[in-house]
Amino acid sequence: MGVKLLLEKAHIPGIRSYDVYRREGGYRAVEKALKEMNPESIVEEVKKSGLRGRGGAGFPAGMKWSFIAKPEGVPRHLVCNADESEPGTFKDRYLMEFLPHLLIEGLIVSSFALGSNDTYIYIRGEYAWITNILETAIDEAKANGWLGKNILGTGFDCNIHVQRGAGAYICGEETALIESLEGKRGNPRIKPPFPAIQGLWQRPTVVNNVETLAAVVPIINMGGDEYAKIGVGRSTGTKLISACGNINKPGVYEIDMTISVEDFIYSDEYCGGIANGKKLKACIPGGSSVPILPANLLLKTAKGETRYMNYESLSDGGFATGSMMGSGGFIVLDEDQCIVKNTYTLARFYRHESCGQCSPCREGTGWMEKILQKIETGKGTSSDIDLLWDIQRKIEGNTICPLGDAAAWPVAAAIRHFRDEFEWHIQHPEEAQIRNFGLQHYADPIHVPA
Amino acid sequence: MNLQFNDEQMTECKRLVARYPEGKQKSAVLPVLHLAQDSFGGWLSTEAMDYVAQILNIEPIEVYEVATFYSMYNLKPVGKYVFEVCQTGPCMISGSDNIIQYIQQKLSIQPGETTQDGLFTLKLVECLGACGYAPMMQVGKIYREHLTKEKVDAIIAEYTQQAAHQQ
Amino acid sequence: MSEQNLFKVTIDNITIDVPAGTTILQAARKIGGQVAPPAMCYYSKLEGSGGKCRTCLVEVSKGSEKDPRPMPKLVASCRTTVMDGMEVKNITSDKVIDARASVVEFLLINHPLDCPICDQAGECHLQDLSFDHGKAGTRFEFQKRTFKKHDLGKNIQLHMTRCILCYRCVFTADQLTQKRVHGILDRGDHAEIATHIEKSLDNEFIGNVIDVCPVGALTDKTFRFKNRVWFLKPMDAHRDCPTCSGRVTLWNRGDEVYRVTARKDEWGEIEDTPDGKPGWICNTCRFDTKNANDWVIEGPRAINRQSVIAQGHYQGTVGMTKPQETFGAINDGRTPHLLMDIHDESEVNKNEDYISKNNIENA
Repeated sequence: MGVKLLLEKAHIPGIRSYDVYRREGGYRAVEKALKEMNPESIVEEVKKSGLRGRGGAGFPAGMKWSFIAKPEGVPRHLVCNADESEPGTFKDRYLMEFLPHLLIEGLIVSSFALGSNDTYIYIRGEYAWITNILETAIDEAKANGWLGKNILGTGFDCNIHVQRGAGAYICGEETALIESLEGKRGNPRIKPPFPAIQGLWQRPTVVNNVETLAAVVPIINMGGDEYAKIGVGRSTGTKLISACGNINKPGVYEIDMTISVEDFIYSDEYCGGIANGKKLKACIPGGSSVPILPANLLLKTAKGETRYMNYESLSDGGFATGSMMGSGGFIVLDEDQCIVKNTYTLARFYRHESCGQCSPCREGTGWMEKILQKIETGKGTSSDIDLLWDIQRKIEGNTICPLGDAAAWPVAAAIRHFRDEFEWHIQHPEEAQIRNFGLQHYADPIHVPA
Repeated sequence: MNLQFNDEQMTECKRLVARYPEGKQKSAVLPVLHLAQDSFGGWLSTEAMDYVAQILNIEPIEVYEVATFYSMYNLKPVGKYVFEVCQTGPCMISGSDNIIQYIQQKLSIQPGETTQDGLFTLKLVECLGACGYAPMMQVGKIYREHLTKEKVDAIIAEYTQQAAHQQ
Repeated sequence: MSEQNLFKVTIDNITIDVPAGTTILQAARKIGGQVAPPAMCYYSKLEGSGGKCRTCLVEVSKGSEKDPRPMPKLVASCRTTVMDGMEVKNITSDKVIDARASVVEFLLINHPLDCPICDQAGECHLQDLSFDHGKAGTRFEFQKRTFKKHDLGKNIQLHMTRCILCYRCVFTADQLTQKRVHGILDRGDHAEIATHIEKSLDNEFIGNVIDVCPVGALTDKTFRFKNRVWFLKPMDAHRDCPTCSGRVTLWNRGDEVYRVTARKDEWGEIEDTPDGKPGWICNTCRFDTKNANDWVIEGPRAINRQSVIAQGHYQGTVGMTKPQETFGAINDGRTPHLLMDIHDESEVNKNEDYISKNNIENA
């Protein structure tokens, strides 16, 4: 059993309610932070903890906090990014659904550290029932003096509001989220200025992911140094992984980032192996936008070393032979899955979710989808693969926000590692309609150069 | 204007607007549009959007721009129950294609269409953040997960019955 | 401006001092010629514009004197301010040329090839951009995007298929008119300019959306299909207008006024009036004052920007060469044969055509 910091108490009956949560030691972090610490020392602890943003980018949270501008007389805001929309990712949902008070507790401490008196949770619109759970938790916290005016007699005022989105992946991008929170279309802003200087209503703003803010609770309780001892290297603490696809036990798992990918997939404590006794073909280890890896490169790095479930190991080899930790959305594909079709559905997703503001993303995502659909339906030609490669290359890095990259990477990685499957689709259009390419060599051991 | 929130809806509307600082009432446009859609038959007519603009004291075009951007707002009438079936990668590899096909057959409608009795609309949507519970669909404010053909049958029967009771 | 507030920036090996806060694009425009990146969405007179089209991407090979690290990605020059000692590569960067060619390709895949019937042809920024950075042929083999037609009233014609979603017209309506009735609806590759319900655009000053539109998406309905811009003579003119400065460009043939626009500078933007304000013009001047007697003609307008209209007076300008061919050379000495008598031959083909002559003198 690995260390559990966030989900340790998730299975206690009634933990969703304030009374049980409090009885189990909840809100101790708020007491400690507000009474024994000051905003600067909280930021210091978070810096020491090495906590990296859990939304996907992995940017050090303490450093992000230290960037917030503090102009005299201008309110500052903390915004919680609960717009979880990256295909393969459903960890924040789990956390909010079962441990709403853990998030509220993290939000109060973080709001105090950042000086935010009005904190917003921006939750994806489809999570309508979770909005109710959170609002109930907020009411309970308020009724018990953890929110509102003069919290714990410290003079600190804080209110938390929940705003539902309305169906737009792009609002997970922090400036698009801010635009949406201002009641506008979710068009990402052109940066600079960064939200830490001019964010919500042009005020200094910090946007953090749900899991990041929840992790502040154990960091305050145990101290940043202790938190940093968990994990390995720059991957400190624990990480929630949402595992899905063709595995025996899909679900949300908390890992301490020292576990190997192989153990995570095959051990009974986690994914429990590939469903229906099938073989592993490929995996997208960090949410749909990160590069897909064939089985051989997933379990071992190109150097033949064991690959672990942490930021550094998953990205070992760069995009040529590695992938990314991303948001922790772990999508497993078995031997029966078609890479072309999978890539096509992802390309369709990104086309659907492009805001349409900048030309490479607006036009490029639609073009890639059309070509992939053409190959998938048996009408592809041999030049299509190179064309796809060229289009993704021209989107990547040239857009306003990372959605362009997110749309380009899955296509690039699919072609990089599964080009023969694309070619087979094009050369055998009729056969490709009735059967899939199958496993072929993907499960072969890596050849380690001498 | 014919459309109007009733007292209860108006109280909720005021609560939503009060969450934002003075003069930033435009921020409430997303939640108030949700409220309007729920209150006025599951979709947003131009009249409903104009009403929201009037309540928030913003130009109607600012509301249209928002309402057309987000996929959860229905700009055309929909059935009483909207089956929003996820078709993105993780659901697809878990068999969403079969579920979609089955619902189409069972209800005799294509994606985007509503059954003749006005009860069901089938909508294909992109990732709803329930990948570990795939295949799945959203119906109103709840998720129906780990779908199988039998489950789809049961869900359709359940809503048909519910609608009959309400009449 | 004191010495301290000037930043030294080098663009394509040309160094210039600019005030702090200047964008790379504005600094490059000060140098001029092809050093200035093309801009399809940025418009200096419209606050908040820019950053979207990605045609002005440049490579920052040195961030500043203090932090000389290069920027990891290409940046939108219209929205990136210069730092002291910054070094920028525009046309000297292969990465930039490649990215710009990509953007042209992306902008064209769904853009109709209806230039022959498009009123913007000849003064279209997308035509210019394609000419400078595009490639012949297309790799896009699917049906181009179409939209439901929307009527914007008696003055403004919308061709949504031509739109590149630069948002300039939205900023114009926000910043110049009392109330905005059109906007960007829907999202992604089917986002469109519309009013949602059929409304006409007739607020005062809304006509300026035509002048800011880089393509033929918003054109002047009162000029629609009346003539080709390269057959018209642009003349600076003014009148005593109670609403705007009344300083315009008339587009004439003979004595007939075909079209009225604001006066534009070499970047295709509205020129400032002598009092330093942008010379936006009112709807009355633009749409309803087409009688030459209503105007005081100042003289021929020099068209400085690179365009079909300006062909023939561009000797010596960076990157542009005057076409050497003549009709005679192309046709083996045969004289051109007029297919349609839509214009007076003497006006268009005469060597001493005074638009060209005037511009040569000004060059």
